[in-house]
Amino acid sequence: MNDVLSPPAGNRETPPIPLKPLGKVLAVTSGKGGVGKTFVSANLAAALAKRGHKVLVLDADLGLANLDVVLNLYPKITLHDVFTGKAKLEEAILQAPGGFSVLLAGSGMVEYSRLTPEVRNEFLRIVSGLVPHYDVVLLDTGAGISDVVLFAVSLASEVLMVATPEPTSLTDAYATIKVLVGQQQRQTVRVIVNQAVRPGAGQAITNQLQQVLDRFVVTEPGHPVRLIHMGDIPLDPEVRQAVMRRQLLMQTTPGCPAGVAIAQLACKLEHNVIPCPA
Amino acid sequence: MAAPTDSRLIELHALQLDDARALLEHDAKSSRQEAGESPTAYLQRVLDGLCELSLKDPLTGLGNRRHFRSVLERSIEAVARSGDSVLLLLLDIDHFKTINDTHGHLAGDQVLQSIAGCLAGCVRPMDTVARYGGEEFAVILPNCRPLFGRAVAERIRQTVESLPIAVAPLLSVQVTLSIGGAYAPEWVRSTADLWLERADQQLYRAKFEGRNRISLEQPQELSVSAEEKGLLFGQLGLDEAAATGMASDVSHDAQGNVTNRVNA
Repeated sequence: MNDVLSPPAGNRETPPIPLKPLGKVLAVTSGKGGVGKTFVSANLAAALAKRGHKVLVLDADLGLANLDVVLNLYPKITLHDVFTGKAKLEEAILQAPGGFSVLLAGSGMVEYSRLTPEVRNEFLRIVSGLVPHYDVVLLDTGAGISDVVLFAVSLASEVLMVATPEPTSLTDAYATIKVLVGQQQRQTVRVIVNQAVRPGAGQAITNQLQQVLDRFVVTEPGHPVRLIHMGDIPLDPEVRQAVMRRQLLMQTTPGCPAGVAIAQLACKLEHNVIPCPA
Repeated sequence: MAAPTDSRLIELHALQLDDARALLEHDAKSSRQEAGESPTAYLQRVLDGLCELSLKDPLTGLGNRRHFRSVLERSIEAVARSGDSVLLLLLDIDHFKTINDTHGHLAGDQVLQSIAGCLAGCVRPMDTVARYGGEEFAVILPNCRPLFGRAVAERIRQTVESLPIAVAPLLSVQVTLSIGGAYAPEWVRSTADLWLERADQQLYRAKFEGRNRISLEQPQELSVSAEEKGLLFGQLGLDEAAATGMASDVSHDAQGNVTNRVNA
């Protein structure tokens, strides 16, 4: 009968790196691809940096990373080299134009787009290693509900769900929220509506999502799901201009409607989400 | 400055080890310093013995709640790293109070001990069996695929059901178990408390559905139904269409008018 008691003394294993605190890790995710997730991550990071925060964006979309394209940065050393042990974590971090740091996935990460124990461990090690050095770590995750995306989101204390008003984007956002609530017992998801065509659209969409969730997603008693509408980014031709030029909107035309909206989002995040430095 | 040797040497005679020794002796462990055993090695042995005692349930010899809790927390971290499938079972003896009331508390203790031995015999050495509360036990099964989990739970249920427990000369009783189970969440976010709560809900269900049965948490239905889709953008679709219709008017109209009309 003593077999069942794992020996409390004798085999003293070294404790693994604690998983917490990951309190200032924000996951930027979306149900559907192409809704501007990476655009939001990069420009939000620039807006937060402008407000004096030390920010890092991690390209957590291992399979189809494109933060490098958005930022027009093609470094020699990337996350891939950290994963394969060819480079140290600090060697892969570089300064992005907007005054924040980035860790780019780099090509070759496709082989790590399956959630093996190795990927889990590396991911955990990297994020835990980054957290102490930044005020905010933004995880630019992939779209959808693949294992890697869900794992990356599970590392974050807050989820920023980017959606556009199109039905497909909303359905996918809804499906993703449903999985996050069902599998990760997440209670709060923050919604950012991109390419909003009229004022109030984002709030209406968030309310609608909340209503359907309340009706169809059974949560455990005492753990209700709450969606928080963080803000809208209006449909703005300047965004397309900046993206095509591969520059940050917050650098080229921060005064355009979308730029102002992103600055407001950063302000709201600062007040509600980002923990005050101790 | 004190001489460095003073702080480094342990004076065994100066330590009050009587209580610790008595506890170890009571648990059938040698508590005397052996010939040739260094004071450090001896003290380490005493401390290890005490640690072991602090994790054990004295009545059944299983892990106690403290031990269970630490394994549970370690498991949840390990799962986040490995993605392993780890099952937590909570097992409660049905109508245990009746046994205590009818045959006395010594008989109750006898039942607890027999069930503990039976549970330990039903699982692999790598599994953790603990006494969680009065008549409640817990089993943590690492590396346990869903089909296997149900099979283990069923084996435990059947073995206990057919186990005669002698509580007095010429008197034996039989008891049954209600078993609830939930798999460890694969994600970093979750906590041991939430996991425990989920297993507890299943145990409650097993009790509610008539006892002597197993209830394991089923994976949630996470696809989006047509009804959900309809509700999701039924109303919004109309709003958006209206807005888009007006968006083409924006060139003629002031933005404020658009907002007014949509809200009207």
